[in-house]
Amino acid sequence: MTERLRQTAARLLSEGKVQLVIGYGAAGRPALITKAEDAEKLEWNDRCLANLAVYLTRKEVKALGKAAIVVKGCDERALVVLEKESQIDRGALYVIGMACDGVGAPKCGRCQVHTPRFADEVIGTQAEPPAPPAGPNGLDRLMAKSSAERWAFWNAEFARCVKCYACRQVCPLCYCERCIADKNRPVVIDTSATPKGNFAWHITRAFHLAARCVGCGECTRACPAGIPLGLLNQSLAQATEAHFGYRPGMDRQAEPVFGAWSPADKEDFIG
Amino acid sequence: MSEPMPMSFEPKIIAFVCNWCTYLGADLAGTNRLEYPPNVRIIRLPCTGRIDFNLLVKAFEIGADAVLVSGCHPGDCHYTAGNFHARRRWMLFRSLLETLGIETERIHFTWISAAEGKKFQQVIGEITATARAMGPYAAYQGLSQVQVGQASTPAAGLQTRQPEDAQ
Repeated sequence: MTERLRQTAARLLSEGKVQLVIGYGAAGRPALITKAEDAEKLEWNDRCLANLAVYLTRKEVKALGKAAIVVKGCDERALVVLEKESQIDRGALYVIGMACDGVGAPKCGRCQVHTPRFADEVIGTQAEPPAPPAGPNGLDRLMAKSSAERWAFWNAEFARCVKCYACRQVCPLCYCERCIADKNRPVVIDTSATPKGNFAWHITRAFHLAARCVGCGECTRACPAGIPLGLLNQSLAQATEAHFGYRPGMDRQAEPVFGAWSPADKEDFIG
Repeated sequence: MSEPMPMSFEPKIIAFVCNWCTYLGADLAGTNRLEYPPNVRIIRLPCTGRIDFNLLVKAFEIGADAVLVSGCHPGDCHYTAGNFHARRRWMLFRSLLETLGIETERIHFTWISAAEGKKFQQVIGEITATARAMGPYAAYQGLSQVQVGQASTPAAGLQTRQPEDAQ
């Protein structure tokens, strides 16, 4: 598969179809390839965890010209959301899909899209999808606790947060040019890494991704403090599916949850 | 009296209300001389659609014991659909708060029209009674007391977590 990926990248670049290939390089690190001869640097292995879609909305990457991007099925969901939110022009993007048996991340056990569905070209064939792990997952275990226990759990987790914002930088859907966390007139989110500031930030980060997060798990992976941030997103994804039957990034046509409303929406909590 | 009487707890309630319905409902309660508890601080916004969830977080940060979000009944929105959008947002926001262990019983949502001064009086009365019974929201307010470097030790946090919780 690596060989075919390199050939495809070299062909696209030498034919001038794209000016840039965003892929994985040595040790699964992101590689931005602009010359056909550099296509040899591309890799495909079980260290290709990163969701490269994050680079598509970056100004300095956009400046490099028309791009091709290497995606796994899970990453492609982010492309679907970015397209829905008019952040990328799908027609001006060449998508190289990698049929993926899992890259060894914990999320791979729950993966629903092993083979990219909307790619311009899919490389490889995917073996039989592995059976989803039985038993309760991390979110189930958390929700089985009492409210006070959950509060104590997040207090302990957020106490380690140093507000490095790696969770924001690594997220393909956190593309605001000016983040609300950086706004200081007025200060919406306390900037210090105190419990107050940390709760305000993590509530905001999770909720700004509500009904948008595709569950790539990069936030959890990037967190230097090992905070399981993905649990917050998972819980919102679960609620989104329960209330609206919507799974972000699965359906290109579906109307985004917060871009629409229905008179039939539940209001059992409103007096 | 040898000992001073203990101060009874009076909850602080912040009400985020829509300019077109609930604010006028409160106004009507006032002009009709309907008495309601003075524990509520009303903040007027153009529409429930404008009520950012960060305002609720802020309210708890600065010492609110309960929060009310109130606006026009569905179909009555001055901007056609602001309250429908808000309703969707709150549906999901509540699930996030539950995951975090934040006491959702302290966050109230109501529809109160400009004609429902009586309902405004009742709602504020009920919310105040509930908040008084629940006591101060010490858990969230306590977050503001801890300064940089005072947080519980990182090691203590690490021990509480099981590695498999990460996914």
